[in-house]
Amino acid sequence: MPEAAANAPMTETDHGVAQRRTVGAFLRRLYALTRKEVRQLLRDKSNLSIGLLLPVILMLIFGYGLSLDVRNAPVAVVMEDASPAAMDAISALQLSPYFSPVLVRSMHEANDKMLSREVDAVVRVPSDFSSALAAGQGRLQVIVHGAEASRASIILNYATSALLQQGVRLQDRSGGASGDGIGQVQVDSRLWFNAANTSTWYLVPGLIVLIMTLTGAFLTALVMAREWERGTFEALFVSPVKPVEILLAKIIPYFGVGIIGLTMCLTTARFLFGVPMEGSLLLLLFASVLYLFVALGIGLLISSVTRNQFMASQISLLVSLLPVFMLSGFMFDLRNVPFVINVIGHLFPATHFMALIKTLMLAGNIWPQIILECSILTAYAVLFIGLARLVTRKRLD
Amino acid sequence: MSDAHAVVGRHLHKRFLDKESGRTIHALKDINLDIPAGSITAFVGPDGAGKTTLIRMMAGLLRCEEGELQVLGLDVARHPQQIQDRISYMPQRFGLYEDLSVQENLDLYADLHGVPPEARGQRYQRLMEMTGLARFTDRPAGKLSGGMKQKLGLACTLVRSPELLLLDEPTVGVDPLSRVELWEIVEQLRRDEHLTVIISTAYLDEAERCSRVYVMHEGEILAEGAPEALSAHARDRCFMAVTHSAEPARALQARLLDACELVVDAVPQGGHVRFIVANPDSQHDPRLRSLLGDAEVQAMTPRLEDGFMVLMRRRLQHMGHSHEASLAAAAMSAEESTPQASADATREVMIEVRDLVRRFGDFVAVNSTSFAVQRGEIFGLLGPNGAGKTTTFRMLCGLLPASSGFLQVAGVNLRTARADARRRIGYVSQKFSLYGNLSVMENLEFFGGAYGLRGKRLRRRIDTVMEQFELGGLERTPSGHLPGGFKQRLAMAVGLLHEPDILFLDEPTSGTDPLARREFWRRITALADTGVTIIITTHFLDEAEYCDRIVIQDAGELKALGTPREVWVQAGHRADSFLNMERAFIDIVNQGRHPKTANTGAVIATGEVLHA
Repeated sequence: MPEAAANAPMTETDHGVAQRRTVGAFLRRLYALTRKEVRQLLRDKSNLSIGLLLPVILMLIFGYGLSLDVRNAPVAVVMEDASPAAMDAISALQLSPYFSPVLVRSMHEANDKMLSREVDAVVRVPSDFSSALAAGQGRLQVIVHGAEASRASIILNYATSALLQQGVRLQDRSGGASGDGIGQVQVDSRLWFNAANTSTWYLVPGLIVLIMTLTGAFLTALVMAREWERGTFEALFVSPVKPVEILLAKIIPYFGVGIIGLTMCLTTARFLFGVPMEGSLLLLLFASVLYLFVALGIGLLISSVTRNQFMASQISLLVSLLPVFMLSGFMFDLRNVPFVINVIGHLFPATHFMALIKTLMLAGNIWPQIILECSILTAYAVLFIGLARLVTRKRLD
Repeated sequence: MSDAHAVVGRHLHKRFLDKESGRTIHALKDINLDIPAGSITAFVGPDGAGKTTLIRMMAGLLRCEEGELQVLGLDVARHPQQIQDRISYMPQRFGLYEDLSVQENLDLYADLHGVPPEARGQRYQRLMEMTGLARFTDRPAGKLSGGMKQKLGLACTLVRSPELLLLDEPTVGVDPLSRVELWEIVEQLRRDEHLTVIISTAYLDEAERCSRVYVMHEGEILAEGAPEALSAHARDRCFMAVTHSAEPARALQARLLDACELVVDAVPQGGHVRFIVANPDSQHDPRLRSLLGDAEVQAMTPRLEDGFMVLMRRRLQHMGHSHEASLAAAAMSAEESTPQASADATREVMIEVRDLVRRFGDFVAVNSTSFAVQRGEIFGLLGPNGAGKTTTFRMLCGLLPASSGFLQVAGVNLRTARADARRRIGYVSQKFSLYGNLSVMENLEFFGGAYGLRGKRLRRRIDTVMEQFELGGLERTPSGHLPGGFKQRLAMAVGLLHEPDILFLDEPTSGTDPLARREFWRRITALADTGVTIIITTHFLDEAEYCDRIVIQDAGELKALGTPREVWVQAGHRADSFLNMERAFIDIVNQGRHPKTANTGAVIATGEVLHA
């Protein structure tokens, strides 16, 4: 009788042996369960491709497809003044890799090209340009098609700076003193719409958060629910297996997948997109591991509570992936949102990891922030995995 | 409380909250148990009796709210893990990991139960021999047939020797051959390793092999005791009506069953009719005499099933349920429905199959099968798991195209005019396939519309089937909330809305208790009398006797075809001997599998054990 054995006096060595035996049994069961999970993971092609293929595809889409750089934008140049000075002024556009200028005769023609979207912008050199330039009042007009707001603002910026640079050069050549403004070119720009300007450097760290959330929370949200749905837990429960062993066996393989995903992301970020690594790589890895635990905890918790794969996937999309997109500062800067939304955004662990990873990659080791965010992530990891453990009981009711 | 008892329960209660309806279900009511160690104990009873709840409670999977439950001397509420370390449990749906192979599933459970590697070799070998899975160790569990899966589940449960083995309906959906093997494993283990076995089952012939039986109904224990003691409830009341007339046994059976003030139960058996009279005096009742006609009456020794039927009838009468009324309504439908079945029409061929073949890749699921079914026939498709029954069935209903062969249903070639044929058939699938959140009426209206019925005709048909299947008063009930038996009635009502010529039923009685099966078959025989042709698959071989003709398939081949008696003869038995469909089935399948060793002592012996 086990109870009798437990009550019997135990010598020190007995105790040690019993403990070693318990640990041994624990490890054997954990190994058996983990091996099972790994096999299932490897045989389920759809899960594996979400875990490993999707990160690569996302990186490439976001890295290249969403790159907001403008190259060879068609620009109509209206030369109402054909003087050498005017030609000089717009030569910057012709030399720039960003533009391919087309000479048109009249503003009317340029207008037509804008309407038919043959060109993205119009640069107008007024007929009095050279005389005005000589008087220090040279003016050029730049009109940008605003349908695609962010592209428009980039074109506007590039055009303005190219024309201004050329203007400075002109000014130097004419030898005029800067003080009296002789030979100065002034660009009159009209920005029809404004939009935030984002770049690959800014997107890629956010993408790492997205991918870690995907492997952590979305994939694991399915694994517990799948066992409930298929009834595999019922037989498993009536065995010496402990709930903590079941949870650990679920965490281990998906932790591995998460780390592989992270490595792929970091490598592509560094070598394909040249994203800088201002802070410590080690710290970045540590933070990512912390966040991975948070994500796994969320996934397992959802999965254990819903016991239904469809519900689990819907909920995990709602509480983990959508917040990464909308509320974590990935797409929209949280400093620009209403206070309430900002507070809600900070309730999501992803927001803290987002801030942390952007700081580490783009700014450097800013210790007070790192310590704060890491503590928050640790607290979340303990909370979610703890809750998942509490919810996972060997009971059907 | 002592070593003599493996399980002791006192005043156990269990309540569930049904989330959909918001009602509390009292699943167990004041249950008391004393299960001796080293015995095989069975729990029997209809759906919803509380068998599964009770077994799950013993396994520590459900909280025991009231009362005290001790398993292996330990309080389940306080030490569930210690109990789980010492027992093995096979749930009704054994959750195998379908993407793991047979061997990997076994290894997982051996690891989890801490079976040392040196003890495995011998154990595995024995389990593989017993289950016949040795050839399939590398196959993913998901690719095994239903019966194979069930046997693998049992093997995983038995990787070590537990002190207590809990089996929850281990033989549901398992063919007779596999059932025999499964029981051999269990009995051998009990003999060799002295373990206590607790089993719940819908098969009363299985319960008859146990040393103790608990009969449960709606959360209560109706009776308990040795099978003989329970059979004694039907003592002096069991008879066999041996008929010599040409009319099928099921016609006499139907007449007897309808005379419910005289007869408790009647089933076709061995080509004759076995019946239980309401009390020992009724056997001399002149009304019974006139029903029996020229049939000879022999007294029979009661079986557990007879005792069970007497107990259940008494219980239902006590509760005010009227099984009689249900049976009467089932029978009535025969008279009401359009009696288009005239004598010459019965010769009409409704289904004709010639050289039917279906391949999946290079696997031949059904091989050159030919048969014909006439109007008003009840035609049974039988075979072990994986024999090709379901595939044949699906091809007949036009759900699956045939690879080659000729297939004509209701006079329409299924390969050229599938939609036309579909209009003339009704189909009741094994799983409940109606819309659970639509009410009974909404389901009927929807499916009626889907079959092109509308207006007055739809109303008239709905009224007819509502009456025929006694669904009155349930119009507004969401069909998902109906009890199991009512769901099946609704499914049949839907299948018959468009007045099909042929009704297909896929394992309609799988997992249902004898009471519900009687009612079901009364409906079916009544339906056949109106001229509807019935095609049915079943795992209960005693039900084959309700069929006019049957086919037995194995490994895709047609092994036998004919009336139950013709099949009995094809199995190598004398035409005038007492027919036993289960034995005929086992013999025919074994003949096909081991042509040289057919009818060896071993085979006969297994047949005999079943109906000892």
